[in-house]
Amino acid sequence: MKYTKHILAAVAVGLTATATQVVAQSDGQSKAKAILAEPLKGEEVAILTHAPNVPPPITRKHRTKVIVNLEVTEVVKKMADGVDYTFWTFGGSVPGKFMRVREGDFVEFHLANHPSSKMPHNIDLHAVTGPGGGAAASFTAPGHESVFSFTALNPGLFVYHCATAPVGMHIANGMYGLILVEPKEGLPKVDKEFYVMQGDFYTKGKYGEAGLQPFSMEKAIREDADYVVFNGAVGSLTGDNALQATVGDTVRLFVGNGGPNLVSSFHVIGEIFDKVYTEGGITSPPNKNVQTTLVPAGGATVVEFALDTEGTFILVDHSIFRAFNKGAIGMLKATGGDKGINLKVYSGKTNDSVYQPEGGAIQSMPENIKARPAAKNKEERIARGKTTYMTICSACHQPTGLGIPFAFPPLAKSDYLNADKNRAISTVINGLVGEVVVNGKKFNSVMPKLEFSDEDVANVLTYVYSEWGNNGSEVTPDEVKAVRAKGGKAAAGGGH
Amino acid sequence: MNSLHILALFLLINCSEAMGVEPSTLSSKEMADIPAGSYVPLYTKDKTPREVAAFRLDIVSVTQRQYLAFVEKHPRWQRSKVARLFADTSYLKDWKSDTDPGSDLDSPVTNVSWFAARAYAKHLGKRLPTVDEWEYVARADATQANATADEKYTAVILNWYSTRFVGPLPSPQSFPPNIYGIRALHGLIWEWNQDFNNAMVTGESRGDSGIERNLFCAGGALSATDVRNYAAFMRYAFRSSLKGNYTTANLGFRCAMDSVNHTKKQ
Repeated sequence: MKYTKHILAAVAVGLTATATQVVAQSDGQSKAKAILAEPLKGEEVAILTHAPNVPPPITRKHRTKVIVNLEVTEVVKKMADGVDYTFWTFGGSVPGKFMRVREGDFVEFHLANHPSSKMPHNIDLHAVTGPGGGAAASFTAPGHESVFSFTALNPGLFVYHCATAPVGMHIANGMYGLILVEPKEGLPKVDKEFYVMQGDFYTKGKYGEAGLQPFSMEKAIREDADYVVFNGAVGSLTGDNALQATVGDTVRLFVGNGGPNLVSSFHVIGEIFDKVYTEGGITSPPNKNVQTTLVPAGGATVVEFALDTEGTFILVDHSIFRAFNKGAIGMLKATGGDKGINLKVYSGKTNDSVYQPEGGAIQSMPENIKARPAAKNKEERIARGKTTYMTICSACHQPTGLGIPFAFPPLAKSDYLNADKNRAISTVINGLVGEVVVNGKKFNSVMPKLEFSDEDVANVLTYVYSEWGNNGSEVTPDEVKAVRAKGGKAAAGGGH
Repeated sequence: MNSLHILALFLLINCSEAMGVEPSTLSSKEMADIPAGSYVPLYTKDKTPREVAAFRLDIVSVTQRQYLAFVEKHPRWQRSKVARLFADTSYLKDWKSDTDPGSDLDSPVTNVSWFAARAYAKHLGKRLPTVDEWEYVARADATQANATADEKYTAVILNWYSTRFVGPLPSPQSFPPNIYGIRALHGLIWEWNQDFNNAMVTGESRGDSGIERNLFCAGGALSATDVRNYAAFMRYAFRSSLKGNYTTANLGFRCAMDSVNHTKKQ
């Protein structure tokens, strides 16, 4: 006997503790016996859901017989805008339907293969204790159905996949999903549960190449993925398809990785996972306060986090070119919550100012402009002012005088400008820092002080007043001189 | 390669015109002679080539028209009369009645069981090709007896795998002949073999064979003679999923017979 040998070996090195352990093991099948000792009550048909939905938590406190009906279909679906792919699916889409059973449940598994399928298929559930995880027992020709059963001995989040030769191709075509075996005591209550599963795809054409794209065996062998996506397609979790939750919710993500090749560096931008049940081990103490967690190909993880502020949180594979160039992006939109708390948790952008490493905001005009003789009349003043405006001012206020919303105030039909000529002169010669309201819109930026001559200030302001529906005022060098004589610093927003 | 292809077609058409008959109506031209040879099958631990004796093989898969003639002559193979032991419930399921295949008479017959295919062959004094015979011929393309290393050859097969099935099936006559003159071994339907369940044993027989392990997970990658030959891999997997009374929408057959000049060794 195998164990006799072990005991002998253990005794030989004098490790009595190990020997005892070996004897205890030789009792054999103790876990299975303990589980099977509990009576099996009732029968139910499993609720299966398409991603990102998850079947409801199990409230039962006893073992039962669960019947799972899963149909394999080969379907043409969207991989990305304009790109189609023949997916092989468990239940009609990628990833396969989510199954939820309880530790100790007796699962009667029906795997049907649609008559239109070209291929035989099967299923290997990582939740199964038994050879092949059900693969050989569920091997099913097109138009047929196989039945096998297993007792769910180990709680956890498990991947299932097709294991028909060539396995890589079946998985690469989308044949994977998740099965959750809840522990007897259930999982802690949360507000929202979602199902997210990553997969890599290999197409004849490169990323985004339109049309029905066939599988590329060469690229799959090279592990050179064209697409890395969540839930079977580029965009399946973005925009209108984003996951939705409310601030204050605790969110649980069941995250799987079908592969076939790539390991995921799963991360949610702007969130910290309060808890990570590494590799789907939901009965182990969680890892806490985690930024990024690895999800192996053919593996899964459970992450939980409370939504403490509003906004859009981006799910990515932080192997980041996959996210921005191959499709591995999803969104979780959190709305509501207490605005005050939201802003304290995260303020959003509060300021965007000019960075002035030289310490001041003085910009000098080129010498040759300063040296020019004074303008003879208003027309000349406007013409010269235009040159200065287009050279200096238009960079921010734009050639149209319309400015840039939220950054640079408009000069066109500007109430701020037209209300006070001296204030306008001061703004140019002293600069402006802080919040101003122009035409009803708040601006909070920096206008640097400009080292213009009195003549130049007069010209450019006269030009601005003459344009874009402004009041046509003429500004003279004497007026500028008068304002300058008053001295002053950069106006602090003018009390708006 | 393309021009050769066209040339081959041209010669074939000329030939049949010269004889003044359609190839399908000329019984001697329904089959092609396949010379003896050898090949290395996908699943062997040693790479010893396997001998294939000379034999004859149908140029095209059996059509609905031909199968109709058979069931008319042998009513026990009609849909409503067949024994469940010999054909499951989807046997000829797309036919309008026992003796009406519908409009696509030149399409290959599918949804037929191995028992039915074997009975059909027998009534013509033929048999089904063995896996070895079938695989040996199926390595060919229009110009080479063994095109398996050719990317284009593999692409045809893989493209078929990844194209969703939409009926009705085209006539096998619309496919180009391979170097032996055989058409549509790839890209149209799966085909029954005489010994489909001996080549790869699974299911209830798995206890007596280790081969089944090859079909799941890494096993196959280790023992296949060419790990890149996914295309052929799929055929072995498909055959292994079948039982004799199974019928599926993509599965038909063609017939073979021993070579006239050769006594088959068993």
